[in-house]
Amino acid sequence: MGVNRIFVRGLGAVSPAGWGVEKLCAALDKGESLPAQNLARPGLEKPLRVRSVPPPVPRPVFFMHPRLRRASVITQHTVAAALEALGGDAAQVQSGALRLGIVACTMSGSVAYSRRFYEEVLRAPETASPLVFPETVFNAPASHLAAYLGANGNGCTIVGDDGTFLQGLAMAAGWLLNDQADGVVVVGAEETDWIVSEAMGFFQRDAVHSAGAGAIYLRREKASAACAELAAVTDSFLFTQNQNRTEAARKMRAQLPSCAPGELLVVSAQQNSRAAAAENLAWGGWSGSRLAPKAVLGEAFVASSAWQCVAACEAVARGQFSAVNASVVGANQQAIGARFLACAEPV
Amino acid sequence: MLFPPSKSLATAQPNRVVVTGAGIVTALGLGWRANAEGFRAGRPAFRRVTLFDVSRQRAKIAAEVDLPSGLPQTKLSANTMRRLDRATRMLLHAAHEAWTQAGWEPSEDLPVVLGTTSGEMALGEKFLQQALASPLMKRRQATRVVHYQVQQQGLDLCSAFGFQGSLTTISNACASGANAIGHAWELLRNGRAEKVLTGGYDMLCQLTFAGFDSLQALSPAPCRPFDAQRDGLTLGEGAAILTLETLAHAQKRGAEILGEIIGYGAATDTHHLTQPHPEGDAALAAMTAACARANISPAQIDYVNAHGTATPQNDATEAAALNRWAGEGAKSLRVSSTKAASGHLLGAAGAMEAVVCLMALRGQWLPPQMSLDKIDPACRFQIVRGPADARIETALSNSFGFGGANATLIFRRWA
Repeated sequence: MGVNRIFVRGLGAVSPAGWGVEKLCAALDKGESLPAQNLARPGLEKPLRVRSVPPPVPRPVFFMHPRLRRASVITQHTVAAALEALGGDAAQVQSGALRLGIVACTMSGSVAYSRRFYEEVLRAPETASPLVFPETVFNAPASHLAAYLGANGNGCTIVGDDGTFLQGLAMAAGWLLNDQADGVVVVGAEETDWIVSEAMGFFQRDAVHSAGAGAIYLRREKASAACAELAAVTDSFLFTQNQNRTEAARKMRAQLPSCAPGELLVVSAQQNSRAAAAENLAWGGWSGSRLAPKAVLGEAFVASSAWQCVAACEAVARGQFSAVNASVVGANQQAIGARFLACAEPV
Repeated sequence: MLFPPSKSLATAQPNRVVVTGAGIVTALGLGWRANAEGFRAGRPAFRRVTLFDVSRQRAKIAAEVDLPSGLPQTKLSANTMRRLDRATRMLLHAAHEAWTQAGWEPSEDLPVVLGTTSGEMALGEKFLQQALASPLMKRRQATRVVHYQVQQQGLDLCSAFGFQGSLTTISNACASGANAIGHAWELLRNGRAEKVLTGGYDMLCQLTFAGFDSLQALSPAPCRPFDAQRDGLTLGEGAAILTLETLAHAQKRGAEILGEIIGYGAATDTHHLTQPHPEGDAALAAMTAACARANISPAQIDYVNAHGTATPQNDATEAAALNRWAGEGAKSLRVSSTKAASGHLLGAAGAMEAVVCLMALRGQWLPPQMSLDKIDPACRFQIVRGPADARIETALSNSFGFGGANATLIFRRWA
């Protein structure tokens, strides 16, 4: 066990491509934008366009758990992605044999229930549903996941733009290095709702809102099942009055190694957004392969950066690349990057 | 780099972490002095809510902050200052006080760790109101989207003081502020940073108020933590910010030290989304973990600032946990909930109560709770019912939140 080495033990995903990493990667391999669906916008005839997560087939057993029957869609995404990433270790957590930490990351959170609850408040606050309100809190998905697994150790929900998932990886690594957990699952999740789609439209007119989750399960021990090594998470470079996104992206890029043969870059850029311009400029000299998941899956904020990292890990696990850089120039907070390596070398 | 750490943790001795600045805004007032006077007297700060319509709610009171029209001088432009929302204004007041007290300079690598439950939710409410009432009207909507999001309040804070480090916003419901301080403490303790600005903030908003009212968790009257007849909490709002640094860093620059954070523990209660386990297992685990990391026993804790929301379930659970944790020593343990004065600040509660603990340690007094008629017999410990001077070396603060987030911080007097 290396002093500061952290390994990726499992991956999970829920996306417009379907439920599971396999479907996510198949869609990315194909490289075609997934079809968008109409989403009704109350009060307007013209619907919004979103890339929704298709219903799961078969319906996951965990949907029937008492804590999850009425839980939000973002909770369903969170739990599904986390359980896929944990694989057989979920049973160890449930038996108490493994101390699991949970880091949940989101930008919009449980927005559908929040919108629904506040609409009830506007209509008649005295009858607003007490069942809905608790599901609106940002940490409800992490709480449900912990309850399903019986994980009573460290748990944290962090909120911010796309880059938050990478902050979550760093937080998880810290817990592992300090022996605060045996394993940590980091989940980035979002859900669709007309209110978010409309809000996003003010800033990214051509983007299609989507939803889902990505999960990465981290351990200190390298096992035969390890699919990648988390080699680095850069500093978070904020977009502030004194540092614009171009400068932040440049600094992030400077902390990641230059392109070497056999490396992949997974970018956050989508179409002609401001973020794309900054990111493209930062990675202008990159001569290796490049993957842009949002072009296929749509814009899902923190779930998008989670998909980036899942795709990065899967790429090295398949042996397609020896190293992958994930670059995130977020919506409105930060530029941050991560680097994943193949687990070929002895530990 | 956020990872890997720049120093090897395997050989590093944990750093001692001290507080060199504290800022606070509550309904009791603006700043350390006004709040210290209010908390020392246990003065309740409740009134009828004016920020939004409560005429159809069961409860109608809260602890509203009277914010001054002006803002402290920062690096923000006058235009930016004019458009700042209520949550950011509270945050800036608290941060400026802490910053000034600490005497810090702007720093490239200063991490900021904040806790909040809903940031500037009032702007989100306005966005939805307009989107429903006038779907074609887009005026101000984009601005509301930007400023509603929790990262924007943190970014405004960073711009105001010239910070360029990372911004982490923790949202673990009512434990957010304590978890934020705890995470900051861990960054310093483990050699990831030399100084961190941390704390919590939350403002009153209609969604949250109606939400707690829908759960019948709000009391129509001022809350009475640990009272046998308690019937719910009273909401408040505010911000509290701490400047934390390693002891070595603080001593090197000759900083005045307000107190030391010696322990932090966190645990998750998986019993129910909103109801704690009746025996307080997770609360006990958080307190036990904090004591273990502080290397002290419950008998060495002189004062407990309880989470003490005044809901029947929270206080019963916390009492059970405190009884189990303190054991035979419970009868001499002094406990109070300062929410009886300030109301429940939700994501800011843990940070606000951290500042109260520092005030108590600095001033050598116990924060009383005045609104208590008959103590719940489940409490085997002493409730501080009136203003009192006392010799206290250590103080423990509990914060428990929806979703089962439990956090405990332990502070030591700096002599």
